[in-house]
Amino acid sequence: MSLQQKYPKEIKQILSKYPPEYKRSAVMPLLHLVQKDEGFVSKESMQEIAGLLGITETEVGSVVGFYTLYQEKKAGKYRMQICTDLPCALRGADEFFNQVCEHLNVKDGETTQDGLVTVEHVMCLAACDRAPMFQEQGPDGIKYHEYMTIDRVNEWLQSLKQVETGEKR
Amino acid sequence: MSHILLRHREIPDLHKFNVYKKNGGFSAFKKAVTKMSPSQVTDEVKNSGLRGRGGAGFPTGLKWSFIDKNIWPHYVVANADESEPGTFKDRELMEMNPFQFLEGLAIASYAVGANVAYVYLRGEFWQIAEAMDKQIAEMEEAGILGDKLFGTDYSLRIYTHVGAGAYICGEETALLESLEGKRGQPRNRPPFPAVAGLFGKPTVINNVETFANVPMILANGADWYKSIGTPDAAGVKIYSLSGRVRKPGNYELPFGSTFRQLIYEHGGGVQDSRPVKAIMPAGASSSLIVANDKVLDTPIDYAAVRTMGADLGSASVIVLDDTVDLKWVISKTLKFFKHESCGKCTPCREGTFWMNNISKRMQNGNGVKNEDVDLLLNVAKQIQGKCLCALGEFSTMAVVTGIERFPEEFNRA
Repeated sequence: MSLQQKYPKEIKQILSKYPPEYKRSAVMPLLHLVQKDEGFVSKESMQEIAGLLGITETEVGSVVGFYTLYQEKKAGKYRMQICTDLPCALRGADEFFNQVCEHLNVKDGETTQDGLVTVEHVMCLAACDRAPMFQEQGPDGIKYHEYMTIDRVNEWLQSLKQVETGEKR
Repeated sequence: MSHILLRHREIPDLHKFNVYKKNGGFSAFKKAVTKMSPSQVTDEVKNSGLRGRGGAGFPTGLKWSFIDKNIWPHYVVANADESEPGTFKDRELMEMNPFQFLEGLAIASYAVGANVAYVYLRGEFWQIAEAMDKQIAEMEEAGILGDKLFGTDYSLRIYTHVGAGAYICGEETALLESLEGKRGQPRNRPPFPAVAGLFGKPTVINNVETFANVPMILANGADWYKSIGTPDAAGVKIYSLSGRVRKPGNYELPFGSTFRQLIYEHGGGVQDSRPVKAIMPAGASSSLIVANDKVLDTPIDYAAVRTMGADLGSASVIVLDDTVDLKWVISKTLKFFKHESCGKCTPCREGTFWMNNISKRMQNGNGVKNEDVDLLLNVAKQIQGKCLCALGEFSTMAVVTGIERFPEEFNRA
């Protein structure tokens, strides 16, 4: 199904924010819509957005490639993005990152075997006083998880798995 | 002293429309629109001595007065891209006291004659943006935003725009590019945004914290605001305190407070009671300051931090104690800047890449080689002063000051 069929209201609302002659501005919010829906940004969606805004597919692609919250490849359903920048690292973020990788048996950028979680390190998320922390990017948008420990990661994973089994039933 | 910006710490539920309104909210905006001319509002902010809180410290009222009155329409953009490692103050303001920020943005829009304002939030602030859309809708419903406000001819709409993870979009011209749907790469200046900004039109861009000050200045007067702080820097500043302190967090203090007060009285002192070795007052972009008694006890404002060989920036104070290896610190900052360089200017794109490589080599356990330290300094000096925006410059600060001020850590003693 095309974006326009799926999200007519959202697209209209996004376009209403910008002067009609500058509708290219809508490219980022439209890409967020796709990223949330697909878990990445597909070529087909890029084509559709280009058509909607009267710009080339290359121009849409250049935006996708520039910003880290748009991904061109599918990964786990949820992305677990751990900040390991200086202020977080001064409060144990590197150790936390390694613990998580060991616990989930993945390396940086890899996805768990059940396809649920991809672990990545990311740059500063403006939560330096609440480290270790990570950001969840997935079907529910973006959420912060702060003051993290492995136990609290486990609780989060359990809640994700409950949602999964609920959906499958 | 009770808070001027972080007022939610005294007033519960201040993020709710009715609570904010009951506590004097929106009366400053109403007063501006119904009783003051735009230039009177600008003059009041000018006289208050308010300086931009995003990092550069440029006088806010002066910035507003630069807007080109021969070209229309005008725009105001709030920079809510908060991405400097160590900074998390705008986030607290927008989460806990959002209406004060939005009211300040509305007042600024009136002052420069803008009928549309945008809030550019970093992509990671997704949830804040969702809440803000509702807050804006509440203001529209109450007649605080919309057409013909308070029975006048003035109209104003505010829209949120969410970024997608790019530090460079905190730089104002990169932010404008991003808001126009392009890669966030800085523009050449001149022309400055006050002449050709968003969609090529005159635009004022200020930081979230800057806007949050404005309703209080209008409500209490420029003289009241100027009576707080120092002659160099009026008013209060939110310090984001992080690193090796016991109680990291945001602390709102008048200018003229000291690092010792910030770290020990408010931050609870250093973890494990270690001594402070170095202070980074402006996040990862910061020079490293040697934390001696004189530095710890100097009243802080923009000028004072400059005498310490650093900039106050957005006041994201990262505290490093004597257990922290500065080679590791620069490996962290360089990794960050290498990732965040937008790639437009060659010295920054290539320089951050190579400095990161050299720094990784130093960290690998083969020891610090003298020629590597020389090479780092050499590359850093080739970036400085040769880029369109400050990112390249920022990437060199910790490197150069680390080696110069802590030579023993780089086998240079």
